[in-house]
This record gives sequence, C-alpha cells and structure tokens, in this order.
Amino acid sequence: MDPYLLEAAINGLLLAGVLALLALGLNLIFGVIDVVWIAYADLVMCGMYTVYWLFAQFGWPLPIAFAAAILEVAALGVLVHLLIIAPILSSAPINQLLATGGLLYFLQSFATLIFSTDFRNIGLRLPIIEIGGLYISYARLLAFAVALAGAVVLYWFLRRTYVGTAIRAIAQDREIVGLMGVDQRRIYLVTSAIGGALAGLGACLLALQYDVHPFIGNTFGPLIFMICVLGGLGNMIGGFIAAFVISQIIAIGGYYFSTELSYVLAFTLFIVLMFIRPQGILGR
Amino acid sequence: MNARGMAAIAGLVVLAALPVVTPAYFLHLLIQILLWGFIYTAWSMMGRFGLVSLGHGAFMGIGAYVPALLWNYFAVTPWLGIPFGIVLSALLGLVIGYPCFRLKVVGHYFALVTLALGQVVLLSIVAARDITGGSLGMTPRSIGHSWYALQFPDKIYFYAIALLAWLLGLAVWRWIDRGIGREALEAISDDEEAAAAIGIDVTREKLRVTIISAALTALGGALFGQYLMYLNPETVSGIAVSLQIVFAAIAGGMYAMLGPTMGSLLTISLTEGLRVWFGANFVGAANAIYGVLLVLFVIFMPRGILGWLLTARPRKRPDAAPAE
Amino acid sequence: MLSLVDVSAGYGSFRALFGVSLEVAPGETVGVIGPNGAGKTTLMRVISGLVPPLSGSMTFGGETTVGLSAHRIVERGIAHVPENRRLFPKLTVEDNLRIGAFIPAARRHFAEQLAWVYDLFPRLRERRQQPAGTLSGGEQQMCAIGRALMSRPKLLLMDEPSAGLAPLVVQQVFDLVRRIRAEGLTVLIVEQNIHEVLEVVDRAYLLEVGRIRLAGTAGELKNNDFIRQAYLGL
Repeated sequence: MDPYLLEAAINGLLLAGVLALLALGLNLIFGVIDVVWIAYADLVMCGMYTVYWLFAQFGWPLPIAFAAAILEVAALGVLVHLLIIAPILSSAPINQLLATGGLLYFLQSFATLIFSTDFRNIGLRLPIIEIGGLYISYARLLAFAVALAGAVVLYWFLRRTYVGTAIRAIAQDREIVGLMGVDQRRIYLVTSAIGGALAGLGACLLALQYDVHPFIGNTFGPLIFMICVLGGLGNMIGGFIAAFVISQIIAIGGYYFSTELSYVLAFTLFIVLMFIRPQGILGR
Repeated sequence: MNARGMAAIAGLVVLAALPVVTPAYFLHLLIQILLWGFIYTAWSMMGRFGLVSLGHGAFMGIGAYVPALLWNYFAVTPWLGIPFGIVLSALLGLVIGYPCFRLKVVGHYFALVTLALGQVVLLSIVAARDITGGSLGMTPRSIGHSWYALQFPDKIYFYAIALLAWLLGLAVWRWIDRGIGREALEAISDDEEAAAAIGIDVTREKLRVTIISAALTALGGALFGQYLMYLNPETVSGIAVSLQIVFAAIAGGMYAMLGPTMGSLLTISLTEGLRVWFGANFVGAANAIYGVLLVLFVIFMPRGILGWLLTARPRKRPDAAPAE
Repeated sequence: MLSLVDVSAGYGSFRALFGVSLEVAPGETVGVIGPNGAGKTTLMRVISGLVPPLSGSMTFGGETTVGLSAHRIVERGIAHVPENRRLFPKLTVEDNLRIGAFIPAARRHFAEQLAWVYDLFPRLRERRQQPAGTLSGGEQQMCAIGRALMSRPKLLLMDEPSAGLAPLVVQQVFDLVRRIRAEGLTVLIVEQNIHEVLEVVDRAYLLEVGRIRLAGTAGELKNNDFIRQAYLGL
C-alpha cells in the first residue's frame, strides 16, 4: 500500500481524536439540555487564545496554561448557559440557535478587536517522529492520546458517578428527575461546565498543532456540527464514530485531491446523507 | 386614496429625489442600505414562517460569482449572467428544500443543513481558486460606463437599480402576504400536521417561498458584485454573511414588511457611525456589538424593533375579541 | 405527618383541585380513590412539588412544604412513585435505583438500601444490568417503587401502581404495598382499583372532580352505600 496514503489515513485518524472529543461535548449539551451551541467552536478559540497568552506571552508552564484554559472555558460554558440559554430555555429551539449564533458573532468580532486578525502560534515545535517508515506528527499523536483519555474519563464519569448518572437520566426524562432529589438547574450548569471543559481540552490539543486566529472556529465548527448531526444529534457514540468517518474522508480525499475539495466532498456527503436519513446514522 | 398610500407615495418621491441632494458618500451608504435591505427582506420571507436559514450566504455567493465569472472568462453580459446565477440559486434552493421539507427536516435541523450548505459553497469557491481567485477574491473586468456590462462608475445609476430592487423585494413580500401563500405558511409554521390535514400542500408552499427567497438573494448578491466591482468569498458567502443577514432581519423585525429594511438601516448606520467615531482600529467593534444585540433581541425582542413598535401601539380592532 | 388544608391547584387556567384537605399520620396507609380525571395525579404532584398549589397549606413533619421545589421535598423525606412508572428506559435497573439515592442522606446508605430493595424485589437483582425499558410491566413497577425507596423516605406516594398491569401482577403489587407497610413506612396511595386498594389501606378519601367527597376508614367506605353502588358495582 502506498505509504503516503497510509500516512494520510493515520493522520486522519489522529485528527479524529480531537474532533471526536469536541463532538462529545456538543452532543452532551444537546442530549441533556436540548440546545445546540453554534458558538462551540468559538469557545475553543477562546481557549486557544488563553493557552497562547499564558504560555507564549506570559511564560507560564505549559501544563498550568492548559489547566487554566480548561477551567476558563468551563466557566465560559456556565456563563453561556446562565446568560444566554437559561432565559430562553422554553423558546423554540431555533431561538436558542440564533442566540448562540449571536454569541459566535460576538466572540469572533471581540477577538478581532483585541487580538487583531493575525495568526498566532504558541511556538512549540514538536517533533515529527518516524514509525516504520511513516512520518507522524508527535503533536497529533499526543493530541489523539489525550483526547481518547478525555473521552474515557467522560465515559467513566457518566457511568459511575451520581451526577453523571443524573446527567444521563435527565436526557431521558427531564420532568421527573426532581422526584429523585436531582436539581435540574444544577445539572444543566454542571453539563455546561463539562461541555466547556471538553472544549477547553480540545483547545489545548489544537493549540499544539495549529495557529490561532479569531476565525479559526469557522474552519472546524461546521465540521463538528456535521459530525454530530451525522451521528445523530445527542448520540455520543454516534458522534464519536462519525468523527472518525468524516476525518478519514477528509484525510484520504485530501490526499487524492486538494484539502478544500475534500471538505467540499465531506459537506456534500453530509447534505446527501441528511436526505437519506435526517435523524443521523444512529439518531433516535 | 388613504393616508398610508399617500405616505408611501411621498416616501417614494423623496427616495427618488434623494440622489440629487446627497453627496457621493451618503449615496454609497444609501445604496448599501437598499441592497442589504433587499437581501434581508428576501431572507425574512422564509424566516417569518419558521424556515430559518443559516446559509443564505450560499445563494448570495452563487448570485455574485456566476455572472462575474461568465463576464471575465466568456464576456457574457451580466444581463444574461445574472439571470443564470439566479436560476442556479433557485435550483439549489429547490434541491436542498425538496428533500428537507419532504422528510420533515425542520427547525434547528434545517438550520444546520443550511449552515452546511453555506459552507459548501464557500469552500467550493475557495477550492476553485484557479478561476475564482480563492480567498483573495476576484474583480470583474472593468470597462467603465456600460449598460451592456452593467457597470456604472457614477453612483446615481446604481442608486436607481438598488431602489428598484428594494421595491421589487417589497412587492414580492406583499404578493406573498396577499396571496393564499401567507395564511398557508402561517398555518404551517404553527402546526404542520394540522395544516397538512386541512389540505395545505406543506412541501409545495415551503418550496415556493424557499425558491423565491433564494432567487432574490442571488439577485442581491449579483448587484453587490456589480456595484462594488470586487468579490470575496468571505464577504458574499459563508457563515459570517449568513449570520449578518439573520441578525439584521431579526433586529429590524422579520414579521413586518419594512422590518428587514429597518435592520439594514440600523446596522449600516451603526457600522458607519462606529467607523467614523473610532476609526479603522475598531474594526471588530460593530460586529461585536451586533453579536450582543442579537442575543438580547432573541431574548427580549424576538419580533424585532419594528415588530415591537407595531405591537406596542394600541390597535383599533372592533371585531377582535376582548383580551382574556 | 402530612397535612393538606384547603389546597387548590391547576394547570394554567384549568383547575384540577378545589379546597382539598387530607391528613396522613405516621405509620398509616392511606388511599385516595376516585374516577379518571378526578385530580388524583395532580394531588400527588402537588404534594411532591412538581406542581405548585394555588392556595392552601401543606405541611410535612410540622414544616410547610409550599413553594419547595421537588428535589427539596425529596430531601424532606417524601418519595413519589409517578404514574406510569416513568423509569429511565435506557439506564440499567441498577442505575435507576442508583439515581433514586441521589440525595446525600441516601448516598451514605446506598449499599444497605440497595440490598434491602433487592431483598424486597429479588427479580430486580436478577435483572440489575438490564436496561429498564426492557422489563415487563410488573417488573417496571417494582423498579419504580424500588427507586423511590432508595431515597429512604418517610412517606411514600404511589400513583396508580396497578395501572396497566395484568391481574396476577396487580395482586403482587398490592402484596408489595402490604409488605412495605409492614416495614413501617407511611404510604399514600392513589388508585382507580377501588376494590383492591380498600383491602390494603387503613383509611381512604374519595376524590371526585377535584373535591373530597367522602372520607373514612377502609371498613366504613367498603360498607358505604354510595361507594358500593357507584364504584363497586354492588
């Protein structure tokens, strides 16, 4: 087999790790609270800027910068819920979409205002390692491993803790969880915080590989939505699988054609699949 | 003729006479207000009935790029190129709309599909960078003042064109309102199953409004391209443009005929005001404010400013039942 | 233990309860009977906090519960087994029970509480890893009751536990109520199956169209002419 093709496939696999993590976050929020944060990718952007400023500008140690970014985006998640989502929880879902759309607009513009449109890089040159004749980016490998670990931790949390079980329960029947002593509002906040934390973690991993600029959310944001809808909105396993499928299409398509064309291919495939099965492959 | 009719005529006269007294700079603003108002109105034709599209940048982009490409590469006059772009856009609207409405992909699912659509068009334009210039944009070949090429360095011509387009938009809005389309679409937006049960062809009505909206938006994009003589994928298509359209339509109020135009007036005045006041340094400021305002509008004034104003005034409706 | 005085409640402009007063003393098993649409479920929801009362007072253990949200009322010691079970279908039996023990007071005693519930319902122990949605009707009812018991309540509210179940299973459910009663719990049970429920309760109230029409001991009501004619078909 063509080694370059294999390399592309593997890189696609590794990219899928972070995308899957972000898809998990978005699906979690949708599955529990029933809202789509259109601005999710822009929260990631905020996290990336945080990492940049703390590590590259203020010289904080990288792990601390990472931790700070994760906490910050988790806090942002809570704020998004409190200020934007909670007031319109009973409105039509489209209103919630539009409100978070406004947030997207705001975050991108605000970032432009503060940071200008320059591309910024945290300046870490992680090595390219060679495995069996293939050249793999170490940053990407690390990101994949951490993303996977994050997914496992999330899984453990949802399965084995009280709050995690409550989160799963509320997604299935939000009216009567109160009867078990679960405070619905608190669970929503916890879920928003976790969604934010996942975005923050994704931000750290992406910062290792890519430059940050105010509009970077537009590059992978629609991709994440596509992945989530494809796997069935709210279905965490579906989103996880869809992330890998889409990433492979992009990686292999990018190998044979150009990167942009492979994205076009992926998006067109998405639209087509929406018609065949609008609720997503594993949708309910 | 009643008071409203007279006011409308007076307004039209003023608008027609305006270019005579206004300096070029303000004329430029007016053209933008009218053209964007036209596009926002087109979007709102779908939006007011619950079909919220986050991908109208797709139609605008196609409408803008197709005539420009045909002109630059094949010297096809925009008089043919623009209709061609409009037809392509309408076709796209049909192709996307039909399966969506048939399979009941509605609400936020529909919004996400249109989001993907907007991205596809944007990425296609960028991917075809050899012919479209990609992210650097492209310029229609300029030949000076020409009716054939629809190019007029003198703004007053474009003012007339923009005014006509804007009026066209309002006329179509009125036509939809007056026709059976409006009741049908309101019924659909309220309760699709019930509407279908009383014989309304849900899919057909939605498709009609989608195609019209797509076509008009494409025209708007084309006119912008001809006016500005510069196209860039980020400014005529993509998510930023799509969201800008949504914001302005909602801010002005997408349920009233002049609502979207008011949104256009507001946003452009605000942008210009900020630009004049703060200078080019605060490039992101206007949009940042729009973002916040969109959130606030959705929460507090979902019917927009005009809608709020209209409903705030006490209405005299003798046949209406008293409030419970 | 539980005391409602002149409670009215409804949904929007629709009134379901009009000036309902009732009492449940510790250790008692009390029934609320009545036809469909009488407001029995609304009554349960008002007590457990899902629906706020429009007027009247409610006290539990001497302290008022009006205005408390549902999850606070659970902390006070009232557990509600909802109408139609309302299990979390994709969660396992054990997860459903686990979430019943969400409140801190219950979490501390989770292991022993779980053991007790499995003792009461051995079938649940067999099916502990199964998704709750795949259980039979009777098993689901047991799971729902078990879930409510996990919060170590002082008062158990049961909303039509026999609804939709086969006659044999109905028997098992009422035997269960007797067992729970024997364990010392206070129970308020709402039922359409008047015949069975009067065999298991100490006292009962008849609720019709949102108002209490009759009240008395089980024996009194069994012998009451109106009830015999209208509801027992005698």
